[in-house]
Amino acid sequence: MRNTARRAVQVVCVLTTASLLAACGAGKERPSEDGTAVGVTDTTIKVGAHFPLTGPAAPGYSEIPSGHQAFYEYVNDAGGVHGREIEMVVKDDAYNPTNTSAVTNDMILQDEIFAMVSGLGTPTHRAVVQRLNDDGIPDLFVSSGSLQWGDDPAASPMTFGWQPDYEVEGKVIGQYVKENMPDAKVGLFLQDDDFGEDGEKGARQFLDAQIVDVQKYTPGGSTDFSPQMSSFKSKGVDLVIGFNTPSYTALSQIAAQGVGFKSKWFYSNVGSDPALVGGLLASMTKGKIPAEQGVKLMDGMMTTEYIPGVDAPDDEWVKLWQKVWDSYSKKGTEKLTNYRIYGMSQAYTFVQALQANGKDLTRESIVETIEKEGASFEGPGLAPFRFSEDSHMGISGVSVVEIKNGASEPLTPVLVTDIGDAPIEEDDSAASDAPPSSGLPE
Amino acid sequence: MESLRSLLRPVMSVPLARHLVVALVAFVVAMAVIGTSSQYLQTRYAEMAYFAIAAGGLTLLTGLSGQLSLGHGALMAVGAYAATLVLERTGGETLADVFVALLVAIAVCAVVGVVVGVPAARLHGPYIAGATLTLAVAVPRLANQWDVLGGEQGLQVPVPRASELPAWIQDLIWFFTAVEIDQYSFLAYLGWLLLVLTFVALANLSRSRVGRRWRAVRDDDVSAELAGIHLGRARVVAFTVSAMCAGLAGGLMAMNVRLTAPGAFTITLSLTLLAAVVLGGLGSLTGALIGAGVLAFLPHFATDLGESAGLSATQAAEVTPVVYGLVLMLVILLAPAGIVGSLRSFLARSSLTSSLGQTKEKTT
Repeated sequence: MRNTARRAVQVVCVLTTASLLAACGAGKERPSEDGTAVGVTDTTIKVGAHFPLTGPAAPGYSEIPSGHQAFYEYVNDAGGVHGREIEMVVKDDAYNPTNTSAVTNDMILQDEIFAMVSGLGTPTHRAVVQRLNDDGIPDLFVSSGSLQWGDDPAASPMTFGWQPDYEVEGKVIGQYVKENMPDAKVGLFLQDDDFGEDGEKGARQFLDAQIVDVQKYTPGGSTDFSPQMSSFKSKGVDLVIGFNTPSYTALSQIAAQGVGFKSKWFYSNVGSDPALVGGLLASMTKGKIPAEQGVKLMDGMMTTEYIPGVDAPDDEWVKLWQKVWDSYSKKGTEKLTNYRIYGMSQAYTFVQALQANGKDLTRESIVETIEKEGASFEGPGLAPFRFSEDSHMGISGVSVVEIKNGASEPLTPVLVTDIGDAPIEEDDSAASDAPPSSGLPE
Repeated sequence: MESLRSLLRPVMSVPLARHLVVALVAFVVAMAVIGTSSQYLQTRYAEMAYFAIAAGGLTLLTGLSGQLSLGHGALMAVGAYAATLVLERTGGETLADVFVALLVAIAVCAVVGVVVGVPAARLHGPYIAGATLTLAVAVPRLANQWDVLGGEQGLQVPVPRASELPAWIQDLIWFFTAVEIDQYSFLAYLGWLLLVLTFVALANLSRSRVGRRWRAVRDDDVSAELAGIHLGRARVVAFTVSAMCAGLAGGLMAMNVRLTAPGAFTITLSLTLLAAVVLGGLGSLTGALIGAGVLAFLPHFATDLGESAGLSATQAAEVTPVVYGLVLMLVILLAPAGIVGSLRSFLARSSLTSSLGQTKEKTT
């Protein structure tokens, strides 16, 4: 016994001495201060993003980074941006904020990313905004329409939104319903976080008197929505407005059928992709509702749109996305989807910002560039960006559409507004933007 | 060397003194290792430290007193929320805030430990597992009931910046490692300091009269009762001590993750803690430490390996739990007594490494 003890002490002493000696020469490598930022070299820019690649939010959302990567490859093969190729690190957070915090930590410390680009989700990204801003890491074009990415640039100077925020979307939905369905008894179906809250705030500006019931759900919680749908039914709801993710569109439809609740449906953009919801309905009911029938179930539903999607194959932007996807998708078998288009559209904006920034790229300069020039970026968005020093909010409007045969038909022109009581106005100035012939932002 | 040996002899023959010496040496080594590691590794070490504290508590409960808990994830949640609420109120800017928060986390979990431990003491085997399982399922959901707990999105956790730490700590760290302390190394040092203190306390407890009672209760509750041991009391005390460890671990976890949300405390967390304890070797603190190390490093290692083998990010993410499951299965098949338990059969004479009792001779 004593023998072992002595040997252990000896080993430990040697180890300690060795570590202390090693420590003397430590002088850890610090990020260089010669004008280029962490994650940027003369030939590369490394960015990172957190996405739900597994778990309940993965259907659809996990396709977004593949859109990003395809577009970056397209740009890289055309010589990159100012001679730098873009490399994207994607990490799985399973739509769990705690995981988001952990993987973001890894991307900052291990992968040493220059910026976070398009991290997805309201509850998830909220977990890391403070962290990214504290460390001065650009947090660009968050994949979520929560207000908190852009309404207070003083608090989060490095963070920028991209898509229309949920309040703007809620306002447009609210006004449309008030004008066109003034007698509808409205039920709200909300994700129980800022996503649902912001949407409700916008919709209530117009519909406060018409809303008769509000039902909320927690992502990752219950998957049976019969009680919620029964409540809508008993309160006489005849129009449901949903601020929910795609899985919950499918779950609410299944539950509504189960309890015999008939209603008109208005899902906000996030939860309304017909192809995805159709597929989800098929898998969730184990084929009892085949995918085609699921897509048909979406017929007559209303939603909003702010970028052209796969249902408009003749759109110039969609042609570009199709061309990029055909040449750069990893596997030729995977189809172009609305989520991949969403990813490529975001990637386009990021490349545009890098172009506008010029050769001298730092974490501060990219933020400054977007604040100064972001409002004039031309891209696939139907409405202009609102980027300025006072606002980091993204696209300023949407148009209301109805789903027919899996495609969307516009019910209104592009309606543009801002948060708060800003008026809603028609503005399709950005809708006519066409992509440059090279397909690269100029 | 001979004089050193004779100097050490009286020290090493008293358990408390021996534990303290080992602890001191371990802490110095840990400090040196942390100080020379990258920030990324520092966060992994910090993660290892809080997992080890929780696993240590669970080892004591399961390995010594024979109660199986599937609810330790929930107890970590209680500790995490308690610490977070304190840090929010105090601003979490100074070292004092941190210690107050951790003490409150421990205290709250002690209370919860008694409340849960009393009914649990009347149960045994699978029944305790069932009761604590409900805890693991129900407790994190409470966050959605009260606004102050932040719902699904959770609460942000303020942590002191390195520049706000007392100068003597900054100097001390500089002296030992020649590297300025920052937020990551601070949390790693703090985690390992508390880990060492906790393990000394647990090792002593297990060597004391209390520990002997626990073992007696575990091995044969009828003879233990005949010997005059109050079964219920012994079990409740074991549960409470173990809950306090989970509370401390939860508080540390909150500070490391910088977010306290229900999603972190799923049933999976409870099961992984149990896996760490089994992996390392049931009943041994060293085993808990090794299990925690596997827990902190293996998933990242598996993901990195998957990515460098050319898998896409999605595939690498999907492969991770598979690797984890395989490792667990292999250990249980090839080394049923856990990593430490199996090593011990080679080094049967070792006493220094077995800070906490012998592995169970009799399985229940």
